[in-house]
Amino acid sequence: MQKLLLAALLLTALVRAQDPAGNAGAGQRLYMKNGCYQCHGTVGQGTIAGARIGPPRLNAQGLIRYVRRPAGQMPAFTEKVMSDRELADVYAFLKTIPPPKPSKDIPLLNDLRGK
Amino acid sequence: MARKGPVGRRGFLKGAAGAAAGAAALATSTPAAKAQAPERAATPLPSTALAAAEKSPPIRGDVSTVDVYTTDRPGADFMVDVIKTLNFDYVCANPGSSFRGLHESLVNYGGNKAPEFITCCHEESSVAMAHGYFKIEGKPLMVMAHGTVGLQHASMAIYNAYADRVPVYIVLGNIQDIKFRRSDVEWAHSVQDAAAMVRDYTKWDDNPVSLGHFAESSVRAYKIAMTPPYEPVVIVADAVLQEEPMPEADRRTARIPKLTLPAPPAGDSGALAEAAKLLVAAENPLIVAGRSARTPQGIALLVELAETLQAPVQDRHFRMNFPSLHPLSGGNIATADVVLGLEVQDFWMATHTQTPINRMGMQSKPITKPGAKLVTIYSGDLYGKSNYQDFGRYAEVDLSIAADAEATLPALIEACRKLITPDRRRAMQARGAKLAEASKAARERDIELAAYGWDASPISTARVSMELWNQIKNEDWSLVSDVNPFFSSWPLRLWDFKKHYQYLGEHGAYGIGYGAPAAVGAALANRKHGRLTVNIQCDGDLNYAPGVLWTAAHHRIPLLTIMHNNRAYHQEAMYLTDMAARANRSVSTFSVGSGINDPNIDYATMAKAYGMYGKGPITDPKDLGPAIKEAIAVVKRGEPALIDVVTQPR
Repeated sequence: MQKLLLAALLLTALVRAQDPAGNAGAGQRLYMKNGCYQCHGTVGQGTIAGARIGPPRLNAQGLIRYVRRPAGQMPAFTEKVMSDRELADVYAFLKTIPPPKPSKDIPLLNDLRGK
Repeated sequence: MARKGPVGRRGFLKGAAGAAAGAAALATSTPAAKAQAPERAATPLPSTALAAAEKSPPIRGDVSTVDVYTTDRPGADFMVDVIKTLNFDYVCANPGSSFRGLHESLVNYGGNKAPEFITCCHEESSVAMAHGYFKIEGKPLMVMAHGTVGLQHASMAIYNAYADRVPVYIVLGNIQDIKFRRSDVEWAHSVQDAAAMVRDYTKWDDNPVSLGHFAESSVRAYKIAMTPPYEPVVIVADAVLQEEPMPEADRRTARIPKLTLPAPPAGDSGALAEAAKLLVAAENPLIVAGRSARTPQGIALLVELAETLQAPVQDRHFRMNFPSLHPLSGGNIATADVVLGLEVQDFWMATHTQTPINRMGMQSKPITKPGAKLVTIYSGDLYGKSNYQDFGRYAEVDLSIAADAEATLPALIEACRKLITPDRRRAMQARGAKLAEASKAARERDIELAAYGWDASPISTARVSMELWNQIKNEDWSLVSDVNPFFSSWPLRLWDFKKHYQYLGEHGAYGIGYGAPAAVGAALANRKHGRLTVNIQCDGDLNYAPGVLWTAAHHRIPLLTIMHNNRAYHQEAMYLTDMAARANRSVSTFSVGSGINDPNIDYATMAKAYGMYGKGPITDPKDLGPAIKEAIAVVKRGEPALIDVVTQPR
């Protein structure tokens, strides 16, 4: 059992080492665990409390810079709170979020137009 | 009439010990009692002490000397006469012994009509129901409560109503005279100055010592409550006055004064002329509305002012002030050269920005441009108290008009019209056209943003809003819950709000626990109008006093409740993350003390337990539309229904 666990850990480390852009699965867990979803929604859709960030409009470095020195209501997350590596994982998760369907293809929304 | 002469409770209490023993003996010695004997067969056997007492002779000898405690005219009946002149539709109360006399008189003497008794499971619910009811109907409800523990339960809701400028008419039971407190319970439930506890956030109170006094103070209290700014009031109904026969002196002299409500105070004509001059000359005027629409007419008046000036209206949504899709809805305070605040309690907040809450230090700066003229029309300037700080920061303005905004608008509109030259009219029309374009663009942006997370689970608040809108848009609907900011304001951004009962604003003092009972109260008001009442219900709020669901079921109050079940006291979860990040510590602990999970609360089952329709939890957005449709069918039958929707946090 211990050998299996060790192998799993090694495999995870290997995958992460081979994924400089970040690990989306780990990023999603961090996104939820560290409360990013509170203001940005579980799929980064944004809320009245936080901007839409999924899919991201910034690149990874831009996201990290913003998290370190945010404007407005967002608290600054220092490296002690979330490392660059962890933020890269979060970024990888955000990149997996597909763009929404065009609102014109959502009848409930499209019906609002012209009213 | 069974009373022997003018027997009151004094006589009853004097002979109580004998009466307790004597009554049993009397009951079994009369023909009537014998005839009823078989029906009493199921009565439990008496205790040894009671059996001994029953066999002993009455303490005061012949049973014929025992006082019989009845009266054909308790003081509470006169209180009901007074209350009926005030034309309350309902009285909301959790029953309490200190107002038992009045309770009984309302039901039996008053016929349980005008007011009708609404059974509440918590005094906070009673007051919040009255709060929601008033915002629909424009009439206060009466609430009854114990002067001590009941008022303690009610107090947060009273503060909400006070801060929200809502009149609630509160009648407190109390036993003032120590001779009449019959047990440790009554001592604990009695108080020297019953209204003291809420005096900081009620407008007026009195503790009448006679029935005539009760009549005059009751009418005065109503008049004070209904004079803008509206506020809660308290009248103490002494239990002895309620239960004792109406004294001979009161029978001869007590009368119920005529109620005449005062005309609301309108602004000074000179000040209005000055305001009109500023507004007409402005290149970019902005109207900020707080509780501008005190009545349904207030919406029409604000539309008239905005269209006269072609000025945008920024609605802060403390009431339904302005149609949400009106082309003049919106505006930018940063570019305004004249800002007119109409009943804006937090005008300083509306005109300033502050350091974000998670930053050290505290700084603020105006968001208006230098030289912008600030004008307010605010009835809060006519009245205020010091201890509770809901009045907000002092607003430095250029022209302050202490008056009721709605009562003042006709004169202001007229003053503006007189000053508008053809040149100014052309400029205003050009401005109006630009504002209409900006309003259209803002709506398009909101529609695009609503598409993000459309198929997510938990379900996005935009999706919930639109699934709901799709089912109610062709009904005579009334959204009675606060959705700003808890629901990311999506209904306010996407729906078509026009009528005064379509949005009620907020808690007042942001006391959580308001939402569910205020919604039930609003639905009670909407019932006679046949409106479809909709409540988007925060989960944390419902858990303060969920018994109000039973009240809705018991009184057949039709209400559609959609749970905003984000399984957290989410505002606090965000604050905790802020604080942890600021302290450079782990932010992953935010749910400790703020999560409402493990176990998840099953709100559909909760609803069923209280006797109403419940469905959910719904986690797949595709299931939501059909569930809403089904629940609306229940509501249209005249019943409450609840759908538990697991939602995004905001």
